[in-house]
Amino acid sequence: MTVSFNILVAGCLTYVILLFGVAWAAERRALRGRDGWLRSPVVYTLSLSIYCTAWTFYGAVGNAARSGLEFLTIYLGPTLVLVGWWLVVRKLVRIGRAERITSIADLISSRYGKSNLVGVIVAVLSVLAATPYIALQLQSVTLSFSVFADTAPGGLQDRGATALWVAGGLALFTILFGTRYLDANERHHGVVMAIAVEAVVKLVALVAVGVFVVWGVADGIGDILARIETSPIADWPMQPGRWIGLTFASAAAILTLPRMFQVMVVENQDERHLATASWAFPLYLFLMSLFVLPIAVVGLQTMPEGSNPDLFVLTLPLAEGQGKLAVLAFLGGFSSATSMVIVASIALATMVSNHIVTPLWLGLRPGGARARGDLRGLVLMTRRLAIAGILALGYGYYRLSGGGAALASIGLIAFVGVAQTLPAMLGGLFWRGATRTGAAAGLLTGLAVWLYTLFLPSFGAGGLYSDALMADGPFGWGWANPRALFGITGLDPTMHALFWATVLNTGMFLGVSLATFPRPIERLQGLAFVRVFDEEPGARSWPRAKAEAEDLLALAQGILGTDEALTFFGQAAARQGKAGYLPETTPDFIDRLERTLAGSVGSATAHAMMAQFVVGAAVSAQDLMAVASEAQQILEYSSQIEAKSEELARTARALGEANDKLRDLGVQKDAFLSQVSHELRTPMTSIRAFSEILRGGSVSDAERSKYAGVIHDEAIRLTRLLDDLLDLSVLENRTVQLSLSVGNLQDLIGRAVQMAGHVRADRDFAVLRDTHREFVPVVTDADRLVQVLINLISNARKYCDADRPALRIVVRERRGRITIDLIDNGSGIPRGEQDRIFDKFARLEDRTGAGGAGLGLAICREIMINLGGSVSYLPGQGGAAFRVSLPVRIGAKRAA
Amino acid sequence: MKARASPVFLARKGYRARRLTDAARLLPVAGLLLFLVPILWQPAATPAGDTAAGWVYLFSVWAGLIALAFLLSRRLMPLVTRDDGDPGADAAGDGEDA
Repeated sequence: MTVSFNILVAGCLTYVILLFGVAWAAERRALRGRDGWLRSPVVYTLSLSIYCTAWTFYGAVGNAARSGLEFLTIYLGPTLVLVGWWLVVRKLVRIGRAERITSIADLISSRYGKSNLVGVIVAVLSVLAATPYIALQLQSVTLSFSVFADTAPGGLQDRGATALWVAGGLALFTILFGTRYLDANERHHGVVMAIAVEAVVKLVALVAVGVFVVWGVADGIGDILARIETSPIADWPMQPGRWIGLTFASAAAILTLPRMFQVMVVENQDERHLATASWAFPLYLFLMSLFVLPIAVVGLQTMPEGSNPDLFVLTLPLAEGQGKLAVLAFLGGFSSATSMVIVASIALATMVSNHIVTPLWLGLRPGGARARGDLRGLVLMTRRLAIAGILALGYGYYRLSGGGAALASIGLIAFVGVAQTLPAMLGGLFWRGATRTGAAAGLLTGLAVWLYTLFLPSFGAGGLYSDALMADGPFGWGWANPRALFGITGLDPTMHALFWATVLNTGMFLGVSLATFPRPIERLQGLAFVRVFDEEPGARSWPRAKAEAEDLLALAQGILGTDEALTFFGQAAARQGKAGYLPETTPDFIDRLERTLAGSVGSATAHAMMAQFVVGAAVSAQDLMAVASEAQQILEYSSQIEAKSEELARTARALGEANDKLRDLGVQKDAFLSQVSHELRTPMTSIRAFSEILRGGSVSDAERSKYAGVIHDEAIRLTRLLDDLLDLSVLENRTVQLSLSVGNLQDLIGRAVQMAGHVRADRDFAVLRDTHREFVPVVTDADRLVQVLINLISNARKYCDADRPALRIVVRERRGRITIDLIDNGSGIPRGEQDRIFDKFARLEDRTGAGGAGLGLAICREIMINLGGSVSYLPGQGGAAFRVSLPVRIGAKRAA
Repeated sequence: MKARASPVFLARKGYRARRLTDAARLLPVAGLLLFLVPILWQPAATPAGDTAAGWVYLFSVWAGLIALAFLLSRRLMPLVTRDDGDPGADAAGDGEDA
């Protein structure tokens, strides 16, 4: 054997860096909106292949060598689920998209009335069940390292240390990969692309080893069949119970494993991808399993007695002197383990942060959910810590269990655990009568039985259970023997646990559901889930909702980020026919907002947060009855009427606004005329007075020059006012000549900041800029743009009333448009005044005594319209904030 | 609330579409039954070696299922597209286009 251990480690690192590059490139493409092929059904199907972990890659051969064809059950179950996608998976995906589900805990919590209780139970169950599964991956990577290291001088001294290194490396990698930023839709394009690449690597590796074994070592298919006949596993020791039970467990697992839910439902971009995956994923499993039995048989025949069959994929090529093939197999196994750990820990961390930490933090924080603040940092930090914690648990399990068990038997512990979510999940999808109490009772029962009969005993003799307990049950109660509940023997431990946990779980779920009465919101969600294909909007959770739009905006910004939140609010306002960023808080809007927030923090948390802001309580039983009877009465016409009345309401709102505007315009015109006369009259009066004094003659030279100076200043003021008026009228008539040039935004902003510097120069005024991000080339009328910026910066300098005034300038470029946000830390502009600050002569009540004709912002607005952009007030930023937006390259038709 | 008065009898095209979804629902049931057939062989009880035969049988059934699923999915694809007008997809689109 010639592969050096160090080269192997270096190879792994290179491979990991390559994956990171793939993920990074994919994320960049997605961010730029060029994610066409990232959304292809092929990538979707390949990402589902994280079902095949190191358990498949190494463990399947080991399993086949021990119990023949039984290993196939683990792939037959998922095949049936995917082939039958029309029944269950399609509904899951549709609900996942409609309700913005972030994890399986979120799905179940959302279905049972957005109850955090069931969310927490599912999260705890999932984390516990993932522990042995992650330990399995650590064990397999450690074993595969040791295969190479054992041939090196010195060997691998401490397997525990290797596992620790692997666990730490994977934690770091996952944190870097999966929690770089918080995506509002919980989608990880980069991660999905990376695991798609890993899927190809592991398939190619396993098929390569298989082809080598069948045509290199053996003599083709015929020879393999002959060898099977003479091998130790020639007879198939089938246990019908295990055959059925394992098929069921694996079918349940593909629906309930948190990582499978993540890639299958949360990351799904298009329901049509499911149609492709329905045959392509079974095909992948088929190819992965095709050579397992041949490898096992040949391994049993050629490898020395007592070698670990879990490692045949690696040791067989090595024994045949195929070093390169062995390295490929090693990378395949490494891929299988890493992709599982990455996605599983991301999915689990999402659950832990959404269902355990965030609700706790919101509950404990002074001010509760109403307190403002950025939650995103907290959520990201929780997820990072959760990833590290989950890997630490996996490592702990590996150490405690001793790392000696067969891979498949460890994996099955996890499968039986996650299968306990199945009754609550399927019941929730298809049965409106399932209640929260029933789901919680079933889940807790399943969890307890699984822990007692399978998880805790799995630490082996002398582990957590005493020998006496294992033999006679606790306190000598024979009926409670963890290996033979109720005195029923004759089932092997895995099947025993699967049978009792699932049966008792389902029984409790059904029984308690039948006996209890659901709360209104549970009934609402039940309807929405069970009839998701009916496309009826149904009743809303907030029938009589009222809330301040600005409060909601502040809340949304803390979760979605400023950009996303403003976009969402702006679009909602536009849909209602309103300008600006503050829509009417209709029940429909509140519902949409809640769903969007749920996409980030989970439905239970989102609902609890909204409840803090929305006056007029949530849905009541009366509302439900009202909806039902209403529905029957107006079944035929209601949808048309609803559409029409909505249209009408929108028109009426637009009309009302136009009307108000017209009336305001009339008032404004009069005010404008009187303002103009007033503004012209003041300098005129002093000019006239002083020129009369001068004409009188009896003045000293000093006085004369002083008076002449006053006249001159007043004349300049007059000219400036007239210039402004002229400018405004030219701009308003769109007859202005623009002189376009290429400029750099960084220079332009710098120029504006410098030129506005003389305004109240005595004050210490901080301007916070990120010059790096301002480096954006732009084709526009630079002088005009600078004029706007100077005006806004001067206004901030003039009117910002903070003790230590500061102005933050944030530049963003997105899809060919630039936005420049200028945000100061003063007390901002009162809600009622925000609409009219851009009007002519609209001076607000002047608290600082700074003069000005009040034309500045009106001119700014007209300039920006001429530049193909806009300037608007941003509410809810903690100070006065203006957003200037303009195209990177001004439209060709307006170029002069 | 939208009225969903579905007709009792369908034209040929709609009828075929319904039967297609029936087939999609039946396929996993058929697959399950075929996968459970080896239980009837009682391979543990018979003295002859069954692994090789079982291997060939299971993989043949598996390949057949994949082929049928492939044919079905191609014809079901248009039905999924037609269904794809839910408000959730609309809301998701809003977030992404911005």
